[in-house]
Amino acid sequence: MPELTRTEPSKTGLLSVRNLKIEATSYPPGEPPKTVTLVEGVNFDVQKGKVLGLIGESGAGKSTIGLTALAYGRGGVRITGGEVRLNGQDLLQLDHAGIRKVRGAKVCYVAQSAAAAFNPAHRLGEQVIEATLKHGIMSRAEAEKRALYLFRVLGLPNPETFGERYPHQVSGGQLQRAMTAMALCPNPELIVFDEPTTALDVTTQIDVLAAIKHAIEETHTAAIYITHDLAVVAQITDDILVLRHGKMVEYGSVKQIIEAPKQDYTRALVNVRGTAREEAQDQSDTLLKVDNVTAGYSNGFKVLQNVSLHLPKGQTLAVVGESGSGKSTLARVITGLLPPQEGTVSFDGKPLPRALKGRKNEELRRIQMIYQMADTAMNPRQTVRNIIGRPLTFYFGLHGKQKTERVRELLDQIEMGEGFLDRFPAELSGGQKQRVAIARALAARPDLILCDEPTSALDPLVAEGILKLLLKLQDETQVSYMFITHDIAIVRAIADSVAVMHRGRLVRFGPKSMVLSPPFDDYTDLLLKSVPEMEIGWLEKVLKTRRMESAGN
Amino acid sequence: MRLRSIPLSAWVGIAGIAIALICAIFAPWLAPHGESEIVGDIWSPMGGEFLLGTDNLGRDLLSRLIYGARTTIFVALAATILSFSLGMLLSFIAAVTGGLIDQLFSRFNDLMMAIPTLIFALVVLAVLPQQLWILILVMAVLDSTRVYRIGRAVALDVAVMEFVEAARLRGEGTGWIIFREILPNTLSPLLAEFGLRFAFSILFLSTLSFLGLGIQPPAADWGGMVKDNKDGIIFGISAALVPGAAIAILTICVNLVVDWLMKRTSSLKGGRGDA
Repeated sequence: MPELTRTEPSKTGLLSVRNLKIEATSYPPGEPPKTVTLVEGVNFDVQKGKVLGLIGESGAGKSTIGLTALAYGRGGVRITGGEVRLNGQDLLQLDHAGIRKVRGAKVCYVAQSAAAAFNPAHRLGEQVIEATLKHGIMSRAEAEKRALYLFRVLGLPNPETFGERYPHQVSGGQLQRAMTAMALCPNPELIVFDEPTTALDVTTQIDVLAAIKHAIEETHTAAIYITHDLAVVAQITDDILVLRHGKMVEYGSVKQIIEAPKQDYTRALVNVRGTAREEAQDQSDTLLKVDNVTAGYSNGFKVLQNVSLHLPKGQTLAVVGESGSGKSTLARVITGLLPPQEGTVSFDGKPLPRALKGRKNEELRRIQMIYQMADTAMNPRQTVRNIIGRPLTFYFGLHGKQKTERVRELLDQIEMGEGFLDRFPAELSGGQKQRVAIARALAARPDLILCDEPTSALDPLVAEGILKLLLKLQDETQVSYMFITHDIAIVRAIADSVAVMHRGRLVRFGPKSMVLSPPFDDYTDLLLKSVPEMEIGWLEKVLKTRRMESAGN
Repeated sequence: MRLRSIPLSAWVGIAGIAIALICAIFAPWLAPHGESEIVGDIWSPMGGEFLLGTDNLGRDLLSRLIYGARTTIFVALAATILSFSLGMLLSFIAAVTGGLIDQLFSRFNDLMMAIPTLIFALVVLAVLPQQLWILILVMAVLDSTRVYRIGRAVALDVAVMEFVEAARLRGEGTGWIIFREILPNTLSPLLAEFGLRFAFSILFLSTLSFLGLGIQPPAADWGGMVKDNKDGIIFGISAALVPGAAIAILTICVNLVVDWLMKRTSSLKGGRGDA
């Protein structure tokens, strides 16, 4: 590979990383320990007041590289070569006392899950100014004043009293902003953002993004922004470094990467939404019909209110909404896990018994489910052969040779070879696990598969592969999908009809072309405008035009 | 798993357990004298004709120790296996079904645990006829309350996983869910607990024997041997300490193995830097 250099020449900046090499020791069971090289030959610079985006799929070494700015290796990871210079000083040569003066003072860190990173036993205000006080950068009064200023800049509600709250008393998006305030408080020269918006809803993500961008501009701090979402990084950074398998793929300005990517891998990332499908013309058929369903828990809280929709045979219904909107609950009602309080669910013309217990195996067979987390949806102590084979034995009484034969066929259908027959789920990658989960659902020869965000835990390119597979299988078997998602881009790509949910109510339902074209109701407008697009300046444009604030949960 | 990866402490434990088991199985061939045969003076010292000396009736201590291993380990093992079968089955049913059955089982379990185990056992054993199977049963039932607690906690964690939900959606029965979905995923902590409970069983049996409600004389049992010889301690005779030491050593050996099993099963697959 030719040596990578920046497209625009630049002088050495605030942070300069040269020839970085990171290793770790792995302990495979029953084998001698091995040294694995995670990152090799990485060079980049961050200028004062500029933002660098690190992007790549999981395992690309983004977070590991980000943490080297604090000279830190997580979980047995060692930085074994190269230089990390902050203002000309090599951080890797510093001793413990020396590096402690840098961490939390000159370089700060914002973690992916703020909910896990804050100490639940202390007030937010105390935690935000803690590092500043420990380093003796400001007096308590000054630090509190700065915290208040930052809470304002970040758009937090009631900034005067916000610091008195405990972490559980604020929403996920607010917590993420509080964490940003914590990082900005000691006036650091550099902040490392490690996927700060990945765990948030799209509607919340946009607020946090805007707040972070505003705060960085206000305080002239440099930042490294780590994410796997190129569209997000396009909104906030000046330069982008694309990583894969611990090596640099492409390094350049945002404009160049987004508009004129040079490497094939970058091009694939930019054009990730390749699939698109025309919606079906006739949507009058009702394989699944949900009629005025209201459901809730025994404490009286209603999660679904008067939801009515239907899904024709061989088509895809996308159910969209933010977390807590009742999308997954709708799937639970259809499966019978949560019997509805009012209303009926009918399938193929006949009403389904309300509770799971009342349903016959034949009724269960025809509706299958795919989960968001394929890890937890499969028994870790069963091999692929048993996972896929069980429905075959259970529903069709297949045994021995016939069963193995059918499992092979299914593995073929999900584009995996028979070499996977005797593997355990822990020996599969995320995408392969989801494929096995799909094969398990398919083994029952269902008429309807409920897909509960099957791609949201996956890297974009892998998710794309899963979507293509689902579409292929639909063409082959005429199965219907109810596809639960919060990603409008997926909806555009695969849906025939769309249902938009908000706080347990159905806000909008109909064919895709109708739901996704104006005039919009306020919530659909917000949802549609919150999906980051691969376009520079998109964030500012949207903030100006949207009509409704997100619920913030 | 390779033999080399077993740490030294676990080897010590395995060796100790192996010796005890060999003694238990081959007792008639290993023991130099009979179980209740009076062969010499009362409380003759260690060394000489009798390697460990004789007891309060002039029986060979070593022979009784070897025969004692038989009863002690058999009763403790039977009681532990029974208590695990009972406790795990009930706790898994409670965890999987939930609702009224869970409440019923759990509250009854609390009730049982509220009564001090030893006093409960003493009262029940004093009333019932003194037979070996009754002793085993009483020990098992009392111990199963502890197993139930742990079994339910572990099973609840697994029962809410999506693969269990997927099995329910498939229409699987409770039996399949318990034995095929939940049991394999709870085996490692329960296995470790099994070793621990086995050690407690030995101690409990010894306590009961010491109090006169466990194994009945003249059959040998380690706890009972301590009781028989306890008066000798006043006169500086160490006969009571020998079976006491045997109990301690076996308990420690079992725990060494359990520690290793716990460490092995609790570490992540493949493990990170701290393996």
